[in-house]
Amino acid sequence: MTKELIEATINGEPVEFLCEPRQSLLEVLRDVLNLTGTKEGCLTGDCGACSVILDGRVVCSCLVLGVEVAGGAIETVEGLAEGTHLTELQQTFLEDAALQCGICTPGFLIAAKALLDSNPDPSETEVRYALAGNLCRCTGYDKIVRAVMDAAALMRQRQSSSSSAKQGREA
Amino acid sequence: MHEFSYYAPRSLSEAIGLLATHGAKARPLCGGTDLIIQMRAGALRPTSIIDVKQIRELRRISFDGTTGLYLGAAVPCVEVYENAAVLGRYPGLADAARLIGSVQIRHRASLGGNLVNGSPAADSVPALIALGATALVAGPEDERTVPVEGFVVAPGRTVLRSGELLVGLQVPPPPPAKSSSAYLRFTPRNEMDIAVVGVGVALVMDGERCLKAQIALGAVGPTQIIAQEAAAYLTGRRLDQAALDHAGWLASRAATPIDDARGTAEFRRHIVSVLTRRALLAAADRARVN
Repeated sequence: MTKELIEATINGEPVEFLCEPRQSLLEVLRDVLNLTGTKEGCLTGDCGACSVILDGRVVCSCLVLGVEVAGGAIETVEGLAEGTHLTELQQTFLEDAALQCGICTPGFLIAAKALLDSNPDPSETEVRYALAGNLCRCTGYDKIVRAVMDAAALMRQRQSSSSSAKQGREA
Repeated sequence: MHEFSYYAPRSLSEAIGLLATHGAKARPLCGGTDLIIQMRAGALRPTSIIDVKQIRELRRISFDGTTGLYLGAAVPCVEVYENAAVLGRYPGLADAARLIGSVQIRHRASLGGNLVNGSPAADSVPALIALGATALVAGPEDERTVPVEGFVVAPGRTVLRSGELLVGLQVPPPPPAKSSSAYLRFTPRNEMDIAVVGVGVALVMDGERCLKAQIALGAVGPTQIIAQEAAAYLTGRRLDQAALDHAGWLASRAATPIDDARGTAEFRRHIVSVLTRRALLAAADRARVN
């Protein structure tokens, strides 16, 4: 089968790749682009391990064809940290012990980031609903939910201190 | 997955042409949340995939006071339940679109796909039927409209003929009187589950009196069921406890459920009466403030 040349943006960088129509976005990320942070779980859209953000919306990359993302913008777990500097979300997952085996973690981080991008102050119920498409078989979810709530609080704190610093400069 | 060719037509006529050329070996692709799973499992082996998400008519969602809501077949659930016209005028449809799958699924899955997939448990279908929605179908020769209640003919089977494409759904404008709608389902989990029972209702009210009701049931028969007797009984009645109880009982008699892993027939029939009552109350409450 002939491969198609697809252009997309991944974690802010323009990327070109060759893929067959039958290859999912998940296969493209892992096997073609060597971005193995995104995990393969159920391949039926039930577990969320393969979650990525496509054009601003979290989706299961196992249910998207590589050819479908032409011209699109994709965010994966590799795009979160800057070098060794972790985001608040990654930091609170570590500090709150929100992972054990870790296979679900990239998907949870991406789903949680997508939530906090649109809702910086979610209730616990909102966090639980937003993460209902992600399965973890180790932690029992409580620590994950707490880590997301803690990250949200830290991010709000940073936002308000940077905006008050800005106001201070402007004054 | 098996090998196939991929096409992403930009116009409806191009898509219809591709479907005509490739016949039964072609499958339209919207969100892929049912199709890709079935292809990966080997249950479907289309040799051509026609991605219809770039066709304007399939991606448009718009409201017009005269013709009502137009909902392109490929519009993802999230754009349905975040749409102001849907939230304000067709809340039962927003209820259903918000219940499908997870956030990840709702960002891809469309109501057109939900309908064409033909599942007896599809959440959006009872809501669409209660609201009197019509499916717009385009084929190589002509276009036709099919009432949503007659679209699914058996589990996984629809009225679509080879070469035909579901373009969109048309939902009539809500009547000028106080009216509203609701969809409720029963699932063991709150999210990421398949309806054991689903009930969609639409009501037109005059004060506390019901002028017109429509009730559609999901997951309690091979296809969705209209609870005709229950709806007729409510016409002209005050929605007091006795009327709601009786309507629930009539709706449960219209159901023809089976026993399966997710619930027994007896349990499902009971849940139909409970959810019918609650959905009627929810719609009546919404109509009051409408």
